[in-house]
Formats: sequence, C-alpha cells, structure tokens
Amino acid sequence: MKPTDSNNPEYFHKVVDCQHACPAHTPVPEYIRLIAEGKYTEAYMINWDSNVFPGILGRTCDRPCEPACRRVRVEEEPVAICRLKRVAADHKGDVKESMPKAPFVQNSKKIALLGAGPASLTVARDLATLGYELHLYDDQKAGGGFMRSQIPSFRLPETVLNEEVNYILDLGIHTHFNTYVSSLKEVLDKDYDAIFVGTGAPKGRDLTDMIGRQEGASNIHIGINWLASVAFEHQNKIGKNVIVLGGGNTAMDCCRTARRLGGKNVVVVVRSPFAEMKASPWEKEDAAHEDIPIIDNHVPKSFVVEMGVLKGMNFEKVHAVYDDNGKRKLLPTGEAEVFIEADDVLIAIGQENSFPWIERTIGIEFDQWDMPVVDEISFVSTHKKVFFGGDSAFGPKNVITAVAHGHQAAISIHHFCQGEDVNKRLAPYVNLVSQKMGLHEWAFDSEVVTDRRYVVPQADKKLTLGNRKQEVELGFDEITAFKEAERCLNCDIQTVFTESKCIECDACVDICPTACITFTPNAESETDLRKILKMPANNLTQDIYVSDILPTSRVMVKDENVCLHCGLCAERCPTSAWDMQKFFYSVTKAGKACH
Amino acid sequence: MSFIRPKFRHPELPKNALGYTVDYYEGALSTLCAGCGHDSIGAGVVQACFEMNIEPHRLAKLSGIGCSSKTPNYFLSNSHGFNSVHGRMPSVATGANLANRDLIYLGVSGDGDTASIGMGQFVHVIRRNINMIYIVMNNGCYGLTKGQDSATSDNGSKNKTGVMNVYESIDLASLAIELGATFVAQSFSGDKAQLIPLIKAGMQHPGFAFINVISPCVTFNNNVGSTKSYDYVRQHIEATSTVDFVPEMTEITTTYKSGVTQKIGMHDGSSIQLHKIAQDWDPLDRQSAMNAVKLSKKNNEILTGLLFMDPDAKDLHQLLQTTEKPLNSLSQSLLCPGSEMLKQINEDFR
Repeated sequence: MKPTDSNNPEYFHKVVDCQHACPAHTPVPEYIRLIAEGKYTEAYMINWDSNVFPGILGRTCDRPCEPACRRVRVEEEPVAICRLKRVAADHKGDVKESMPKAPFVQNSKKIALLGAGPASLTVARDLATLGYELHLYDDQKAGGGFMRSQIPSFRLPETVLNEEVNYILDLGIHTHFNTYVSSLKEVLDKDYDAIFVGTGAPKGRDLTDMIGRQEGASNIHIGINWLASVAFEHQNKIGKNVIVLGGGNTAMDCCRTARRLGGKNVVVVVRSPFAEMKASPWEKEDAAHEDIPIIDNHVPKSFVVEMGVLKGMNFEKVHAVYDDNGKRKLLPTGEAEVFIEADDVLIAIGQENSFPWIERTIGIEFDQWDMPVVDEISFVSTHKKVFFGGDSAFGPKNVITAVAHGHQAAISIHHFCQGEDVNKRLAPYVNLVSQKMGLHEWAFDSEVVTDRRYVVPQADKKLTLGNRKQEVELGFDEITAFKEAERCLNCDIQTVFTESKCIECDACVDICPTACITFTPNAESETDLRKILKMPANNLTQDIYVSDILPTSRVMVKDENVCLHCGLCAERCPTSAWDMQKFFYSVTKAGKACH
Repeated sequence: MSFIRPKFRHPELPKNALGYTVDYYEGALSTLCAGCGHDSIGAGVVQACFEMNIEPHRLAKLSGIGCSSKTPNYFLSNSHGFNSVHGRMPSVATGANLANRDLIYLGVSGDGDTASIGMGQFVHVIRRNINMIYIVMNNGCYGLTKGQDSATSDNGSKNKTGVMNVYESIDLASLAIELGATFVAQSFSGDKAQLIPLIKAGMQHPGFAFINVISPCVTFNNNVGSTKSYDYVRQHIEATSTVDFVPEMTEITTTYKSGVTQKIGMHDGSSIQLHKIAQDWDPLDRQSAMNAVKLSKKNNEILTGLLFMDPDAKDLHQLLQTTEKPLNSLSQSLLCPGSEMLKQINEDFR
C-alpha cells in the first residue's frame, strides 16, 4: 500500500471525527479545550465564526457530531459536545467586541435574502462585512425562521434566539419583516444583483383523505403550524386528551408543548418500531420524562368524529418485517383496530417544500419532485442570479446544515457579483503545530479520563410543565462543564510520524494502550494490510496511516480507529519520530467573521 | 503530562483460554528512558504469558538491581514479585523454587547484575539447573549510573563519550552453554517475532532456561561505534533458525521446506519447531552449539535464536529427589512427624 499523504489536509480532518461529521466543520476539540480553560468568549467566537448560532445550536442542534465522537468507540457515550457549546454561550463575556462592526465600506451590490431562517442569516453575516447591501424578507414578525416558529421556548428561550439573530441584523441588514413574498418574478424585477432563497420546507404533511379528517378539522392540527401559532401566541390551550402522530423531533416538540397547554393524557403514536423513530434519542427521553407514552407499531386508520366532535382515532397494529436488503415493511398483525381517545390530534408526520410563489416561467427549473434544480457545490439554481440554501435547497434537514449551505452560497454569491466562477472555492485554512513542551509536557491536557457522560440538570417538572416559556435544561455549571470537557480525546492533536527519524525500537507499539501501531512488511492492498496488523483494522470508515518504507524494509501502520490521542507514542519515542501536532482546520468563508 | 496510561483498551482485544485480555498481564507505566529495549522485552513477556494462558498468580517475577531489574514492575502486575539484592536474584529464586516448585519463576537481570556483581550466583544457578527462565536484558553498559562500560561490552565498542572499551567481553550465552545450562537462547529486543516464542519455550522448559537479549540503551549506548546499538545489531544479526513454540495438542500449521525443519519435543507434549537457517549446527549438541556461537563471534555476527537445548534435563528437584508438592501444601504432621520418627531416624545412624 502507498504511504499516506498527510500533506492533504483532508487526511487529518477526517481523524477529527466530530468536526468532519459537522456539516459546517466547526473545530470542536479546539473550542472544548477553550471551555476547559474557562475561555468561554474565545470558545463562543470559534463557534460563531463557524456555525453562527452557538447559543441556539447548543440547545437545539441535531448533533451529527456526537454519534461520530471517537469516545463511542471506546466507551458508551460521546462527549456532550452540543451542551458544551451552550456552556460557551451561557458563560461568555462581551462577544460583540470581537465581532465585526457596521457600517462597512459598501461595494454597491444589492442582494435579496428571502426567508429569515438560519441559511439566509448566515449568508447575511458572511456578505455584510464585504460591503453588500442585504435585504432580508420574512413573513414573520422577526428573524429566525423555523427556529422561532417551530422550536418551543422551553427548548430555546426567545432571548437567546433574539440575541444571536440580532448579532447579524446589527451588521446593517435591511429587514423587511411581516412581508410575504408572493412572487419571485417581482423580486427579480427589482434591481438586486443576486437573490438567495432560504424559505425552508414550510408545508406540514397532512392526512387529507383519512376518514373523519374534514369532520374533525377544528380539532385536528398540522404540527408545525400549530407550534407556530403557539409561538406567536395565537393558541394557548389544547384538550385534555391529545394524540400526536409521528415519530420525529417535531412530534416530540408537539407532545411536550401540548403537555404545557393543558394536555393531561398526551400520547405519541408512531407507525415504526420505537428504535427506528426519527426523533433524536434525547428528545424521546425528554418526552418520556414528561410522562408522555410513545406507542409504536400503530398505523392511523381513521378519525372518529361523533356529532361533529372529535372523539379519537383508530389504529391498526403492525409489526416490522425486513427483506434481505434490510428494507422494512410494516405488516398488519391481524389484531382488531385500537381506539385511542382524543380531544385534539396533532399531525407531525413530516414536512415538505412548497414553492407556490416561484413562477415556473422565469428560468428556474424544477425536478420531478417539484424541487428546484440546485447545484450541490455552488447552490446556484438554473437561474444564474438565484441561489438556494437550507431546507429549500434539498429538502428538510436541520439548522446546522442550513448554516453550512449559507456559507457556501455566500461564497458563490460573492464570486458571482465579482464576475468570478461561482464554483471557485479556496482551500481551507489549515495549521499543524507541535504541542511538545518538554519530556513529559504537552501544550494540551493529554490525560484520558474515564468519567462517564455528565447529565445536564433540568428545571423542576412542576415548573416547566406549568410555564411554556420556562427552559427545561439548565445547562452545565462551570465545574461540570470542565469535567465534561475533559472527556474530549483531543482528536485534533494529531499523531504525526516522520519515517526518517524512526529507529524502529518498538516503544510506541509497546506503550500504545489501544494497540493502534504496527510495524510490518507492507502488503499489496489496503485490505490485506488491514488484516495483518497487531489488531486488525476492521472499522473501514476509519483510515489507516501508512508510512514510507523504513530501514528494516517494513512500514509503520497506525489504525486511526480507537487512537486515544494520549500522546504516549510520542512521549515514549526517543527520536521524536512521533510528534503530537495540533491540527486546525477552518472552512474558508466569504467574509471575515472575527477579528 | 502523561505519566498515566489511559484505561481504555482496544474494544476487540481477543481473550485467551482463561478469558483474560492481554491488558490483564500489563504492569505499571514504565519509567525507563523512551525507546529503551527493556520495555520491548517486557512487552514480549506480557504477550508470551497471555498466549501461554498463564494464570498470573502462578508466576513469580524475581530480579536484582538495575534498569533491567526495575522492569518487573512494568509487566505482570497481578503476579508475585521479589526485587532482591544486587546480583542475588539466583539465590532468592533457588529458595523460592525449593519451597514451591509449582510456580513459574521468571528471573530478570541485566549485564551488570549478572556478569559483574552477580557472576558468582549466576554460574551456580546454572550448575544446579533450577527450573526457571532467566532473562538478561543486555545493553553492554551501566545505564542506571550514566552508562559506564559493563562486562559484556565488546572489546573495541565505543561508548557515548567516544572512548573504546579495551577489555574482553564476557559472552553470557557461551558461558551458559559451557557451564551446562539446559536451555540457552539469544535474541534482540527489536525482534519480538523471535523473542516471544523463545520466552514461551523457556518458560515451558523443565530446567534452567537462559535467554540473553541484546537490548539497546538508547540514552548511553546507541551511538555510532557501539556494538549494542539498534543499527549495529540489525546489521550484524544472524539467526540460527526461526522459532515456533507449539503448545501441547496444537496442530502444526506452519510448513517449511522438508529437511530444514527440526521438531524438539518437550515432556509435557508441547514442542519447539525450528526452521533452521544456520548450517552445521545441531541445537541438541552442546559442542555444535558452542562452535556455532564461537564461529559467529569470529565473523562479527550476533547469533540469535535457540542455541542449545537438552529436553531431557533434570532440574534441581529431580536431582535432590525432593517432595513433589510445594512445602506450603504439606500438613504439619507430614512436615513434623514427631519424636518417635526422629528417634527412628537417629537409630538408623547408630
């Protein structure tokens, strides 16, 4: 096998599993170390630069980073990355000092941003410092998009949302709230140099044709619309018995909100088995904590309406059957239908894109699923002036994905306005620097602790169920945050190997606690090489680091899989052939966010 | 700072027949210099004991004084240990072995502890054929006292300050063969593939098993001109054979060209498979082994592998016809049969 090209920054980037898994590639270990040092402001700014909404994401992120965390490969639970991010936001000092300040020298280009959700706000932040005149449109009364209308206040307090939205609006963004854009053509006809569409996936799925749907309509609600009407205080109560249909995070938000609005017997009913529900495990736990049963393997059959009043729903019991390809089918068990009583039903079975306001004659092509055709790199549509991002580009995902789209779309818009190729991308900002300070001293805390994941304290249930706006999670205090931060394995502190210095003394092989390192004759292919290691490298999602040929005509092979980044290989290396080097990787963005 | 070894281990570590993973055989984190050959030998001991399915409480580690003699702290934390006086490990081993013949005795010593201060003890432990494995971690210098030449430093070898050794060296392997040792091997800390089977065979050998392991001192004796540096050893190493230790009742899977493989059976049913490389050498013939060692020395080669073995050797217990049970398992009535018996014994001498 050929030696690893560690000069390609993507090699070491992949070793930092959390950062690699994050759509915005936030330098996670870097800010976790800053939190451990009590440098909350700096930790916040690293986040703000990368993901724009640290306080919001620290409460609501879907956390693609956590399942990727190396820690789950050596113990049960990942580092509580998301909640540590919140710690930075909760304890930060004056961050405005570190942020760019308007006004900026204008470049006489005007951009329209449609929808004021995370994607548009990210574009706004990145482009503002470059001197663009940015016009933000939204039909809601304030910015934030679905973060405002759909995420309940007990998960995301309005103050946190307002604070982080305002950091962006304060960069001199022209806001047009309470303004519904009903025609893209009209916007195009104005003198904007480019238009960004970040309107999300605003349409909740319905069970339109189900028996009783029309008759019971006044007590049957679409989940996301209902959440919005609660958020904007058009709705402040619900019946005693509530059924929530669906198994995603919206269903969890619906059922928990219902509990706060007077729902006593709130049940979630989901078609799939419990384990396969789309909701994040922690959201299911939170629902369970609020006495909400989740009934799985039940398919809704009909609404039961008597004398014009909704009485409940009938369900068919099913069980999951899997074919050879692992494809699931839900087959009826043959048992009698189950009736569940309900005064109100909330339908949270998914959401869709909807573009009734985009004329199909203005040069924007739509595909067979009625989705705009959008380039995956530049996010430009088939109309060169119109860019898409967030849920409106490729369907419903999450906030952090919308942010990542926003960064890329901002680059493309900037290039487009400057007459450059929209596909052009600059290389990431990368740094790799030794952490060695002495014989046994590193510039990072290399000790690997065995602490189990710390639980975030919650406010008393009586308090939270009584007040919709009372935040449930209280966040880590500083001491617990430190302990949790110490669980981070510092995967960005890379083990860097220099063949020319190695004397093949085996010290690294002997000391490595997780048997990652092997000196072996080379093999033809990676597959063969993976098999002949001290511990076979069976996790194919993790790379192996292969050196050039050494004096004994062997190669050094390191399986990255369960490396603890403890630094012992480097510490036991007599010649510094191994060194621990901090790898910093930052996606290049359009504007300079921090200074 | 990382003086602490993380507790996490590879989640897929295999278990041996006793259900232990290899980390059960580990010891404290080494405080020897980074890159010390001794640590590799220690890792070899750990691996050998793991593969041999040794219950840690069935093994006793014994050592003298020196860098080498510190190492038993760095492996087999769950075994017995006795860190004795400088050069006196053989006496302690002899006593322990006589008291409890059921344990496996692993003696660890260095070139100073064996070839200088402990030489008198070393020659007698060989002569008595104590059932133990005696590993010398041989780096040719006194590493613990800043690297002075030791008695095994080769004539002409340069130390770190550039001074050449003017004395003849003591060759421990040939000395052991000469004195009648029943298992003699030589190896290199940087070659675990060879070392581990030798340690396993040595532990299984029913008598005194001696392994002289060249173990470079990275701090004081890894310089150009030294004959015990990593580079020098790698350039001058010659192997008598490749060695496989085959435990009892195990099917032999390695196949070598016929005529070059020699199988040495052991009394418990296990065997040693040698894939011979050196010509004109018979590991069962003391004279032939001696010639092979001398010849390689003449050619400036370091001959490694199994050098000599007498599978039919009688250990001290057999020679003295001692009781077959450990003393601590004998009852008081057996150990002290009473005055009547004493009278009877005395009568026999009248």
